[in-house]
Amino acid sequence: MATDNRPVSPFWIYRWQITMTMSILHRATGVALAVGSLALVWWLVAASMGPEAYGGAQRFFSTWFGQFLLIGWTFSLFYHLCNGVRHLAWDAGWGFEIKSMYVTGYTVWVVALAMTAVTLWLAYSGGAA
Amino acid sequence: MSFRTPLGTARGLGSAKSGVAHWWGQRVSAIALIPLSLWFAGSVLQLTHAGYADVIVWLHTPWVAVLLSLFLVTLLYHAYLGVQVVIEDYVHHKGLELASLLLIKFTCILLGAAGVFTALRIAFGA
Repeated sequence: MATDNRPVSPFWIYRWQITMTMSILHRATGVALAVGSLALVWWLVAASMGPEAYGGAQRFFSTWFGQFLLIGWTFSLFYHLCNGVRHLAWDAGWGFEIKSMYVTGYTVWVVALAMTAVTLWLAYSGGAA
Repeated sequence: MSFRTPLGTARGLGSAKSGVAHWWGQRVSAIALIPLSLWFAGSVLQLTHAGYADVIVWLHTPWVAVLLSLFLVTLLYHAYLGVQVVIEDYVHHKGLELASLLLIKFTCILLGAAGVFTALRIAFGA
């Protein structure tokens, strides 16, 4: 067929740009957060079953793997939230110029990382409790 | 050989059928999740060093039960819509695609039902 030589995916013909990383990361963090909803419901059900079951959930979340998951979900939430606002702006027809793409893209990184850093700092220093 | 035009076979199958509902559902739930997820993140942050009793006291608060239920339902609805698109994009085997979509849908509904029931159960004093 004459169409066989068409480029099928931009990944093979475009040079790397931050916009593509941000796009795939939006999906990846979204899927991670969907998995996180399992943990949220588990935590809630454990709380309803009494101190022992709740203690079990707390013990899991204080292991290195549990902490890794919580930190990952924290960043995922803030990234997906900030980049989601960027998507909503696009849906409203705003920010399609190449320059604004980059400005909003880097802004999302800065804000998401700052929110994650402040949250982790408050959580580990006990400042919020 | 078919004498139907390509448009004739495509009509009624495209996004004009139900795609707009999916698109709107994703956006509306996204907007609702902005305040809900910030509220949830802030609350969990305050509960970082709290024990079992503090968490139960928090869950007993009526507006916490309401916001937590809304958060769970909106989150799982939004998660379903998002994961649905990911499956549709990457799972190319028709049977496997349908099976994954059903699994994800049932899982989200189950989690939503269990989560809201549990939130209300604790709020009403169990």
